[in-house]
Amino acid sequence: MRKTSKWLFALIIMIQLTPVSAALDTARQAELLYLLKHDCGSCHGMTRKGGLGPPLLPENLRDRPPMFMENTVLDGRPGTPMPPWRGLLTEQEVRWLVEAIRRGEGL
Amino acid sequence: MKLPVFPRYLIRSCRWIIFLGVFFSGFNQAVSAECLTRGTGDMGLVIERATGSLQVLDTTAKASLFRVEGLGDLSHASAVFSRDERYAYIFGRDGGLSKIDLLCGTLVKRVVQAGNSIGGAISQDGKLIAVSNYTPGGVKIFDAATLDLVADLPALDDKDNASKVVGLVDAPGQKFVYTLYDAGQIRIVDMTDTAAPVVQIYKNIGRQPYDALISSDGRYYIAGLFGEDGLALLDLWEPDKGVRRILDQYGRGKEKLPVYKMPHLEGWAMTGRHAFLPAVGQHEVLVVSNDSWKEAGRIAVHGQPVFVEAQPDGRQVWVNFAHPRNDTVQVIDTQTMKIVKTLQPGKGVLHMEFSPRGESVWVSVRDADEVHVYDTASFERIAQLPAEKPSGIFFTARAHRTGL
Repeated sequence: MRKTSKWLFALIIMIQLTPVSAALDTARQAELLYLLKHDCGSCHGMTRKGGLGPPLLPENLRDRPPMFMENTVLDGRPGTPMPPWRGLLTEQEVRWLVEAIRRGEGL
Repeated sequence: MKLPVFPRYLIRSCRWIIFLGVFFSGFNQAVSAECLTRGTGDMGLVIERATGSLQVLDTTAKASLFRVEGLGDLSHASAVFSRDERYAYIFGRDGGLSKIDLLCGTLVKRVVQAGNSIGGAISQDGKLIAVSNYTPGGVKIFDAATLDLVADLPALDDKDNASKVVGLVDAPGQKFVYTLYDAGQIRIVDMTDTAAPVVQIYKNIGRQPYDALISSDGRYYIAGLFGEDGLALLDLWEPDKGVRRILDQYGRGKEKLPVYKMPHLEGWAMTGRHAFLPAVGQHEVLVVSNDSWKEAGRIAVHGQPVFVEAQPDGRQVWVNFAHPRNDTVQVIDTQTMKIVKTLQPGKGVLHMEFSPRGESVWVSVRDADEVHVYDTASFERIAQLPAEKPSGIFFTARAHRTGL
């Protein structure tokens, strides 16, 4: 019993540590990466080196809290051309996308 | 072990074959390595943005002639043509400036002239290529033949902050006109004396000018503003009168929609008495009278316009749209100002280019990996070509048009 609960505990921790991507199916992940490349890419560059918008390479984002980035994507940055994506993307999708950007996925 | 012995005659004929092969390959290279011998007036190119490549097109045969690779990051790429229409100059996002030989389908030369660039122009006499840059900002001007640097014009505001440069066009009198996004300025550089460029500066033209265009006669330069409703107009025939605001407050307090793709002010959708311009953050095309520069109407359209392009005859205006409504193209009749056709080529319609006299329009459909050709009178799709994530389409007829 003790052993089982230990394993169960470990399993719960693992699930919690697993990136939110676990809940997004791979087809949606691929769509988000396509969006990142082609639509975010119109301003941030398809190689994420920036354009009208700032670069989105992992080294540019180390000091940015993920929460800040998620809010930027969801609600935009007033006074800049960055639009809010809320309504087109869910919070969960944005969390996954920010994580993907931060680890340089697809570069 | 004995090696097989070839009959002598066979060796002899082999020698001849090798000799002839070497002779002709050398001959070919000296003259033209599989280069075409034809006119280029009905040719053009389509950018393949994701693969750093382009295809050279034949607009008469509606066929691809060559694919040219190795052009770097073409996230946002545009092209201008030499006045003999043999060469194309490609401006890439990564600061790359590439010179393409359209007859040979080859990359002649490529220089990476900045960290991040947005577009360029060719001078009135065809001898200079100007490139506008985001990083480090400013404009660089190159010799069109050699791509050697001729002039380096920084774009600093009053506090010495570097500004991104947008809306670079050529103008009569060996000039280039460009706009500073961060600093809110329009500048004219006179390159008559390449050793001593003369720059004229117009300040406070409005917040966040995102792009600009010049009328085909080279007289009017208009910068679109992102940071406020309105556009900035400079009359280059009367440069001392300065920049004035047109279509001020066109949004009139209406809530601006989120902009998922910046409009482009390329070319000049000018038809008779009217110019047609994209509204920022609205599902509207703005119509402005080109004598009074007052609003002459607005046309409700399918989404936020990205390109608003007039057919060469000015009879119709074609419009494509920003994400997420970018699967559609609408056609406006310029006499009635009504939408006469709505086409759905597919997701990711990024650009449209007319054949020189406008009987057909070529449309890049990014997500379908196709370029579609439509008859502009019947709206029928008359051809389609495969292309890898196609974006900008550019035809050589641009060589002889100011501002393109």
